[in-house]
Amino acid sequence: MSSNNDSISKTLIVVISLCLVCAIVVSTAAVQLRPTQQANKKLDSQINILRSVGLVEGSAPAARVAELFNQHIETRLVNLSTGEIDASCDRSCAENFDYRKALKEGRALAQPDDVASIRRISEFAPVYLTYDTERNLKAIVLPVHGYGLWSTMHAFLALEVDGNTIIGLNYYEQGETPGLGGEIENPRWRAQFVGKQLTNEAGELALSILKPGNADPQSAHQVDGLSGATLTANGVQNTFTFWIGENGFGPFLAKVRQGALSNG
Amino acid sequence: MANAKEIKTVLFGPVFANNPIALQVLGICSALAVTTQMSTALVMCLALTFVTAFSNLFISTIRNHIPSSVRIIVQMTIIASLVIVVDQFLKAYAYDLSKQLSVFVGLIITNCIVMGRAEAYAMKSTPGMSFLDGIGNGLGYSVVLLVVAFIRELGGSGSVFGVQIMPLISEGGWYQPMGILLMPPSAFIIIACFIWVLRTFRPEQVEKKA
Repeated sequence: MSSNNDSISKTLIVVISLCLVCAIVVSTAAVQLRPTQQANKKLDSQINILRSVGLVEGSAPAARVAELFNQHIETRLVNLSTGEIDASCDRSCAENFDYRKALKEGRALAQPDDVASIRRISEFAPVYLTYDTERNLKAIVLPVHGYGLWSTMHAFLALEVDGNTIIGLNYYEQGETPGLGGEIENPRWRAQFVGKQLTNEAGELALSILKPGNADPQSAHQVDGLSGATLTANGVQNTFTFWIGENGFGPFLAKVRQGALSNG
Repeated sequence: MANAKEIKTVLFGPVFANNPIALQVLGICSALAVTTQMSTALVMCLALTFVTAFSNLFISTIRNHIPSSVRIIVQMTIIASLVIVVDQFLKAYAYDLSKQLSVFVGLIITNCIVMGRAEAYAMKSTPGMSFLDGIGNGLGYSVVLLVVAFIRELGGSGSVFGVQIMPLISEGGWYQPMGILLMPPSAFIIIACFIWVLRTFRPEQVEKKA
């Protein structure tokens, strides 16, 4: 029995039929489960946006998240170099925009500009305009990311309509050291950012993350870092520097401060 | 042909007597990576037990038809397919956990326990017994992982399954967490202690001096 197992024809038959069976099983699973997986991904990003503006605390059922998101949040695309909202891409077009893919295919950043070590930047980036029930603009949520110690850390930064006061910072994807750098996800640490101002009167980035215990709670710009996670905290600082700067959302925020959104 | 005693040996032997991590020292890599929290460790255990049991079952079913020249590749194909299916299911039905486990589910493919049991047991045994052997080794792996995860999560974050047992100083409590327990090296130390305790009670596991 085992002697003819090793013949070339038997080997080929076994290998080919095994590959066929495995390929069918794997692709069936992948195709059948894809809609559920995509729904999960969308829900995950929606709930994180809602968390950053404080509309959801902790977790919420899927139906409630979708309802809140549709009611309060309007996704739009911003042209990062001009700072204009892309008028040709409406809400549903912007919701289908694949930001991660756009980033991969985007323009490479040269070294002095690449403060947050993100290597590439896309032409357009999504912003999430948050309205209250009377359709008044309440907040602007910006997706930001930057490199920490081990990983790229992704967050949503929610700003008030002045484009300067922080409503919330929600780190939702990171691979920093659990218990040290990973504490950037800790709500108590993130709560420090609430109410801080990004820039000073001159319009320069003033928000600074200091060594733990050095921040003055009365200051409008200072935030305590994380003990044992200096490099992660530096990464967060760099993320701010980059995304508030000229190559990030700087032009857009300048337009927001001039009131570009209030009449729109 | 398989009597009750044999079944018991195959199923529960790997838990303490022939533990895949403590005695065979297989599958250490994931034991370091996913044990900072009980919940991720538990999902990892379930995934690994499932994959080991079913890969043993399928490999054993076709063992008489596997050409010996390509047997490792055949085993690999079966294991890899099972792991991808598990990964897809986790992404669909346990999205948050699959995000935390990230690449480690995929890395079950290279977990030495799965491959080791397929080659050492499933290639020579009947499908039923191989299936039980897979579950048994999965249990052995799970015991170590859960013990390590319990110590690391309780000591490192003061919680068990995410439920706060000892309130942390940073959140207004009294417990200063031991940061080292959250780092991978601590898992080495805990596994070593586990092996030490195990061999104190079962001296026959101690290797003979050359």
